[in-house]
Amino acid sequence: MLKMIKSISAAAVLSVMAITGANAAGGNIDYKSVDWQHTGMFGTYDRSAAQRGLQVYREVCAGCHALELVAFRTLQDLGFTEAEVKAIAAEYEYVDGPDDEGEMFTRAGKPFDKFPAPFANEKAARASNGGAYPPDLSLMVKARSGAENYVYSLLTGFEEAPEGFDLPEGMHYNEYFPGHKIAMAPPLFEDGVEYSDGTKASVDQMAKDVTVFLAWAAEPKLEQRKNMGLKVILFLLLMSGIFYAAKRKVWSDVH
Amino acid sequence: MSFEPKNPVVKWVEHRLPIIGMMHHALYDYPTPKNLSYWWTFGSLAGFMLVVQIVTGIVLSMHYTAHVDLAFNSVEHIMRDVNYGWLLRYMHANGASMFFIVVYLHMFRGLYYGSYKAPRELLWWLGLVIFLLMMATAFMGYVLPWGQMSFWGATVITNLFGAIPVVGEAIVTWLWGGFSVDNPTLNRFFSLHYLLPFVIAGVVILHIWALHHHGSNNPTGIEIKDKQDSIPFHPYYTIKDLFGMAIFLIFFSAFLFYAPNYLGHPDNYIPANPLVTPAHIVPEWYFLPFYAILRAVPDKLGGVLLMFGAIAVLFALPWLDKSRVRSARFRPIYKQLFWIFVIDCVILTYVGGKPAEEPFILIGRLATAYYFLHILVLLPLVGLFEKHKPLPASISEAVLDKKPAAEGASNA
Amino acid sequence: MTTTTPVEEDGVKRRDFLYVAAGGVGAVGTAMAIWPFVDQMNPSADVLALSTTEVDLSAIETGSEITAVWQGKPVFIRHRTAEEIKAAEDVDVATLPDPQADADRVQNPDWLIMLGVCTHLGCVPLKESGDFDGWFCPCHGSHYDTSGRIRKGPAPLNLKVPPYTFIDDGNVVKIG
Repeated sequence: MLKMIKSISAAAVLSVMAITGANAAGGNIDYKSVDWQHTGMFGTYDRSAAQRGLQVYREVCAGCHALELVAFRTLQDLGFTEAEVKAIAAEYEYVDGPDDEGEMFTRAGKPFDKFPAPFANEKAARASNGGAYPPDLSLMVKARSGAENYVYSLLTGFEEAPEGFDLPEGMHYNEYFPGHKIAMAPPLFEDGVEYSDGTKASVDQMAKDVTVFLAWAAEPKLEQRKNMGLKVILFLLLMSGIFYAAKRKVWSDVH
Repeated sequence: MSFEPKNPVVKWVEHRLPIIGMMHHALYDYPTPKNLSYWWTFGSLAGFMLVVQIVTGIVLSMHYTAHVDLAFNSVEHIMRDVNYGWLLRYMHANGASMFFIVVYLHMFRGLYYGSYKAPRELLWWLGLVIFLLMMATAFMGYVLPWGQMSFWGATVITNLFGAIPVVGEAIVTWLWGGFSVDNPTLNRFFSLHYLLPFVIAGVVILHIWALHHHGSNNPTGIEIKDKQDSIPFHPYYTIKDLFGMAIFLIFFSAFLFYAPNYLGHPDNYIPANPLVTPAHIVPEWYFLPFYAILRAVPDKLGGVLLMFGAIAVLFALPWLDKSRVRSARFRPIYKQLFWIFVIDCVILTYVGGKPAEEPFILIGRLATAYYFLHILVLLPLVGLFEKHKPLPASISEAVLDKKPAAEGASNA
Repeated sequence: MTTTTPVEEDGVKRRDFLYVAAGGVGAVGTAMAIWPFVDQMNPSADVLALSTTEVDLSAIETGSEITAVWQGKPVFIRHRTAEEIKAAEDVDVATLPDPQADADRVQNPDWLIMLGVCTHLGCVPLKESGDFDGWFCPCHGSHYDTSGRIRKGPAPLNLKVPPYTFIDDGNVVKIG
């Protein structure tokens, strides 16, 4: 049994190392590290940060970046009331129809609508952004190997290009973007947003808040998942214990 | 022990279709060597994972849409809106990895203890067929979410068939249903991904049938000689397998609930874009060793042949291994070569995930060469010339011999 | 399997308790594991979000009607005239195939809100037609009156009234 545990553990460690090594195929950028409240076995989303992050998204990012997988009704998860969610949705317009005359018409957004895209299609987005395409942010936190730390680092990583660095017209130097040249201009400025809860809107604060919001947008079921995980694993530990005792009992006459 | 039902309903069915008796014989009184270690639990775990994948797959397909414009969003619909959709999706995605972990351990057990040797050659072959079907199933399944890795992995691997001389291009066009990976490809992959697991289930039945015909191997490699060597499957191995399953479920749950994307690739959360190739196209981890072998050869056709060859040589294993002794327990040289082989496979896995640059190219080639060296050269030679340790006379004797040393320790 | 006979305790052998516990824990675990597979077939969150529909009533003039969609089905919303209301209230309920007073079918008599699904086999009846100044179903000839009640024809029941509430000072109705 001991030998078994040793060989499986050795194989497991080797394999995890192999897979980790294999997965780190991307660049070797060291991202800034933040202790996000929602990481870890018992993590939960910082709701006030996420609400502020929604404000940053709507006022700063939404001009170029879509969030088309997120429905307004899901914002209730972040602590908004049904009335607040209806109000947010109603600020946007959607084309609906056809009506009884066969015409398309516009209507105010409803909670079941998703966040609207700022551009009609990718080509329109590129045309408005010097050929670059601002990606949809619904899954951004999961779509990059640096996850939250990548998004946060990128938003706070705009610097002067170092001496001799070739930075083409229209591009900006970013310490954390692969290749260091990004078409997006620095989006965050001190006090660029006036937080309704009075928090000081430093670049660092806004970057953190919008990252928390985007983390939730990418993984809204995180809390349910970790919660269920705890219960399941505790139950399985109990069940393993009982099964092991039963196994020893059954095998007692063979040993 | 023959099956004598008392229950009248059971008797009625049994008289007309002896299926209950068959199950009874397979799961209840099947005479099993009494010395099986926990390395023997991976077979039942593999069967369990097949059921998990089929059940989660069927419920997922109630919500998934196999169309290039809708697939990615349908998966997000599952993750966000379907009741417990996130759980089912993560269970299916991580379940695929668990299935391969379990099957690889099951196969390595077979390699260590000589389970592929006569009269179990066909059992081994059926297992290899299951493995090949698993790889086809997993490959097609990974395409379905229609992320960047889905699309580009499909493009790279289907393009490989173009290496076949004369008919290669026609075959690739036929596979695609078009001139590139597109909607026809996605649709047919969905159809086949749904089909193959049931083919696997059929081969699993043959696999278990072949196993039961001669009975299980065991850590000594010595066959059951009399009743003293064996115990009925129930209750001994039913409870042991259930315990093994409980521990396995903890391992599965750790990934499922706390690191559900660890074994995957972030690029697959980007919708497929035929005009943008990811910086590093990487298959899922369970394909990495074969990917490394494929890339080790600078020639396209050569790489393809060597990659398939890596599995093809496994079919020849029962005849390549010349040793008359099954279990590595009594084969001191083979035992060391086995562990070196394991390390070689880990190296191949690691290299498979790295970009095609030095030093990984060199390491990959060396590791690939060693893989074939082990199977084609070392195995026959060691089999012929190795002096094995003295074999116990029987399983019982081996168990009794271990007893004093095992006093106080648990059954391995 | 040989065993030393354990001491009988309250009729339950000690060794059996462990097996009962093991079986019980296994059964409980299996039952808990099955629930997500069953529940995933229940309406998903996006479908539930469409389980209520709000309709603006302010543009519907007296004597006219619109057809809204609720849970994928047509809903007739009619702004009834005084004559239609009186005709509905004057009917002797006992003579109806599906006896129901008009007062039991409306919260506000001015507004008749009901599913536009014929209770015979599900066709959508036509408005302002039939022998009772209400609706007529062309599929098999069912006639409904100004309260949406079945009067003649094969349909067994009155047109179904969905749950609804007036909100926003009565300018909007929320169905469902």
